[in-house]
Amino acid sequence: MINIRNFSIIAHIDHGKSTLSDRLIQATNVVLDRDFQDQILDTMDIERERGITIKSQTICLPYTAKDNQTYMLNLIDTPGHVDFTYEVSRALASCEGALLLIDASQGVEAQTLANLYLAMEHNLKIIPVINKIDLPSADVERIKQQIEDDLGLDPESAILTSAKEGTGIEEVLESIVKDLPPPAGDPEAPLKALIFDSHYDPYRGTVVNFRVFQGRVQAKDVVTFMSNDVAHKVEEVGIFQIVRVPQKQLSAGQVGYLIAGIKTVSDTRCGDTITLRDRPCSASMPGFKEAKPVVFSSIYPVATDGYEELAVGLEKLKLNDASLIYEKDTSVALGFGFRCGFLGLLHLEVVQERLEREYGLSLIMTAPSVRYQLIMNDGSTLIIDNPSLYPDPTKIQTTMEPFIRASIIIPDRYMGPVMKLCLDRRGSNTNYQYLTSSRLEMFFELPLAEVVYDFYDKLKSITKGYGSFDYELKDYKETDLAKLDILINGERVDALSQLVHKDRAVERAKRACEKLRDEIPRQQFKIAVQGAVGGNIIARKTISAFRKDVTAKCYGGDVTRKRKLLEKQKKGKKRMKMVGQVMIPQSAFMSVLKTDTD
Amino acid sequence: MIEMNLKSGFALTFDSLYIGGGTPSVFGAETIGRIIEAAHRSFNILKDAEITLEVNPDTITPEKLEGFRRGGVNRINIGVQSYNPENLNFLGRLHSDSDADLAGKWAREAGFENICLDLIYGIPGQTKKAWVADLERALSFAPEHLSCYLLTYEPGTPLDASRQKGRFHPLNDDKISDLFTSTIEFLAARGYAQYEMSNFARIDSDNTEKPGFEQNRSRHNRKYWLFTPYLGLGPTSHSFKEPERFWNQPDVPDYINELAAGRLPPSGREMLSRSQLMMEAIYLGLRQTEGIRTEAFEEKFAVDFQRQFSDTLEGLEEKGLIRSTQNRCALTHKGMLFLDSIVPLLVNQI
Repeated sequence: MINIRNFSIIAHIDHGKSTLSDRLIQATNVVLDRDFQDQILDTMDIERERGITIKSQTICLPYTAKDNQTYMLNLIDTPGHVDFTYEVSRALASCEGALLLIDASQGVEAQTLANLYLAMEHNLKIIPVINKIDLPSADVERIKQQIEDDLGLDPESAILTSAKEGTGIEEVLESIVKDLPPPAGDPEAPLKALIFDSHYDPYRGTVVNFRVFQGRVQAKDVVTFMSNDVAHKVEEVGIFQIVRVPQKQLSAGQVGYLIAGIKTVSDTRCGDTITLRDRPCSASMPGFKEAKPVVFSSIYPVATDGYEELAVGLEKLKLNDASLIYEKDTSVALGFGFRCGFLGLLHLEVVQERLEREYGLSLIMTAPSVRYQLIMNDGSTLIIDNPSLYPDPTKIQTTMEPFIRASIIIPDRYMGPVMKLCLDRRGSNTNYQYLTSSRLEMFFELPLAEVVYDFYDKLKSITKGYGSFDYELKDYKETDLAKLDILINGERVDALSQLVHKDRAVERAKRACEKLRDEIPRQQFKIAVQGAVGGNIIARKTISAFRKDVTAKCYGGDVTRKRKLLEKQKKGKKRMKMVGQVMIPQSAFMSVLKTDTD
Repeated sequence: MIEMNLKSGFALTFDSLYIGGGTPSVFGAETIGRIIEAAHRSFNILKDAEITLEVNPDTITPEKLEGFRRGGVNRINIGVQSYNPENLNFLGRLHSDSDADLAGKWAREAGFENICLDLIYGIPGQTKKAWVADLERALSFAPEHLSCYLLTYEPGTPLDASRQKGRFHPLNDDKISDLFTSTIEFLAARGYAQYEMSNFARIDSDNTEKPGFEQNRSRHNRKYWLFTPYLGLGPTSHSFKEPERFWNQPDVPDYINELAAGRLPPSGREMLSRSQLMMEAIYLGLRQTEGIRTEAFEEKFAVDFQRQFSDTLEGLEEKGLIRSTQNRCALTHKGMLFLDSIVPLLVNQI
């Protein structure tokens, strides 16, 4: 155990975590160079493309240090997005230390801080690493200052690296061995292991990733997961070295996987504790939470016969993604589909993209909604996340909506615009603090519903990319809700309904109508697009009918010009859905969510 | 001619040569003859190729026309545009209405058996009556082919600038579509069949060997719409050989300098993807009365045409804007009025 180190790399998005992981893997020769590909731990296309990690991955790196001893370094790669904070916290709970990676030109950002706090909660030893020192814009001294001022860490302990060029990798490995403590725990005690992730293997069932805190586990042991008490007979235990390497046993301090013929990942909950059925440990690992979706949206296939395929696609995704929940839903406009719950908007986008890419589906997603609590006149409470289930408003006594506590770090010159953005989104500023003389951390209470759309994009744009954002869910607060309906040619299109704050209803309705007017192509007749609350029309736009316009001549270069025009018009309109008499492109459904015209 | 030389490796057999764009009839018959000769030297041009020369009425004489014919031209395309003096003035044309009359007459007398007239309509203030009178005058010498183009206001042109300044009021959409429909109907009654939005060919029922309609359609024009390969020479000219389209330098001095230096003067090219080809097949197909040849479309793109576009087609058929037969999908007359609105609906489904 003395030769084991369990560590994570925590970083803001784009600070080079995947590249650093790649270098550590290469330096320890776990993978032959010819088998190596960049971002090796990010196995999904979406992860590589967006430069984010969605699933946690682990890898066990054998490293012979300068003291001539060989160490097993377990790198637990964590998801890099606020949607997956809970998963990150479980992965961190499995470590003794963490590399805190900071971009040498970007410096400390909101996720850096949020992750650092998470790591500190788990009493991890932190090694600051300043990465991308090869960049011309790198400013190591300024970053060191931030490490001292913003993070309260010893700047002199920071290791300078350029993961891209392979500089400083040896120092990082040595520091992991020297500065991080080895794991502790009694191998003879009853088994106690923490699940921090799981994924599905079509041949073997669920592969559970875990860290053993005490005791040991081996094939043929009967284990139970403490949250649901279901027993499984272990078929195989092992460690990850990109591929699974079976081991005779895993004991206290080790990180690895087990396979036990588990059919779905839903039985395997992140944060749950594994113990032996016949010799259980006395208490489970602290901090276990059920994954709670916070954003809800309905997914419909564009093709009317696509429902079965969608059902299969969701089922398969769910095998690997316990936090995705869904149930059947129907819409008058769109037919059969599913109401889905997500951890956040990124999670929603990832699911959508994977369904479209991996299962070849064309989808329409409805406006994301949060979960509201309605206290009815008769005293009962109704939980609602779907506008179509919104009851008669006269029967509602009080409506409660979820709020978050947002932390936003910005250069202080953006204080005004950020303040305005958050206030516009019904936020309130709780306080702020200067991290350095010019960098500010601001705290806001914001309704979750206001940040699930395009808040982050907006923040990025008004701060020219310098703003960073992190949040945690806080509590429910009283609110004034209205159901905004969209009528197309007098017909209510249920899939376009949204739950909005009353004060924002008119503005939202106007924007939605404008967006729809721009997105819905002209048809043979005039189309009225209206926004309504209750029976009252609060916004209207008209899409005029087909225009008679006999086109110009079309020879030679005219063909190219015309095609380019068509390509421009076509953008995002591939998938159309007939709603009543009107063809509505898929892009129209998403467009109403955008609160801004840009 | 330098360009011809440089491009002589283009492995095509040509059944049409078109000398046009601008006013090549400013050149004498001898020059045109030399151009045709040079083309024959550089390219494999079929014996019975359609060889068209574009002429403006103000640049020709009976002798010149005679000379063009002897030089190898067998089809004359006359840029009449209008027979109305006011309209000719509005369009900035240099010829008079009687020049226009004479041009047709002389061309016929010079022995041309394939004559095309270009006309423009939809001119501000133009009534249906006035336009039909123009058509009537055009038909006086029974040309084999008519191209009737609607006036368009291309951004950047002096005409468009005057329009924006409010110097005149363009006809409204309803009047324009009324003129468009009248054109098709009037010409049909006079034995001319529309085969493309702006193109009409005389139906010669007495010719039993080749149906006259087929014969009188412009070989040249149709190449643009049927994905036939073509080679363009001269500044801005476009060439096409599926899936590639390429075009020359638009700037004349640059074009000349490049060629003088022994280099080809291309300024752009595009490789058309499957979906781009599909888009063009739809757009260009629907411009033609024959419509999209669905069987060929399916073969080329390996899709089920009806299935791919069913969402749109059904509605359009119901409204009488499109009609599908077993292997054609074409706009109706009414549908043609909405070409620019209908095409995006189909294109969006690619």
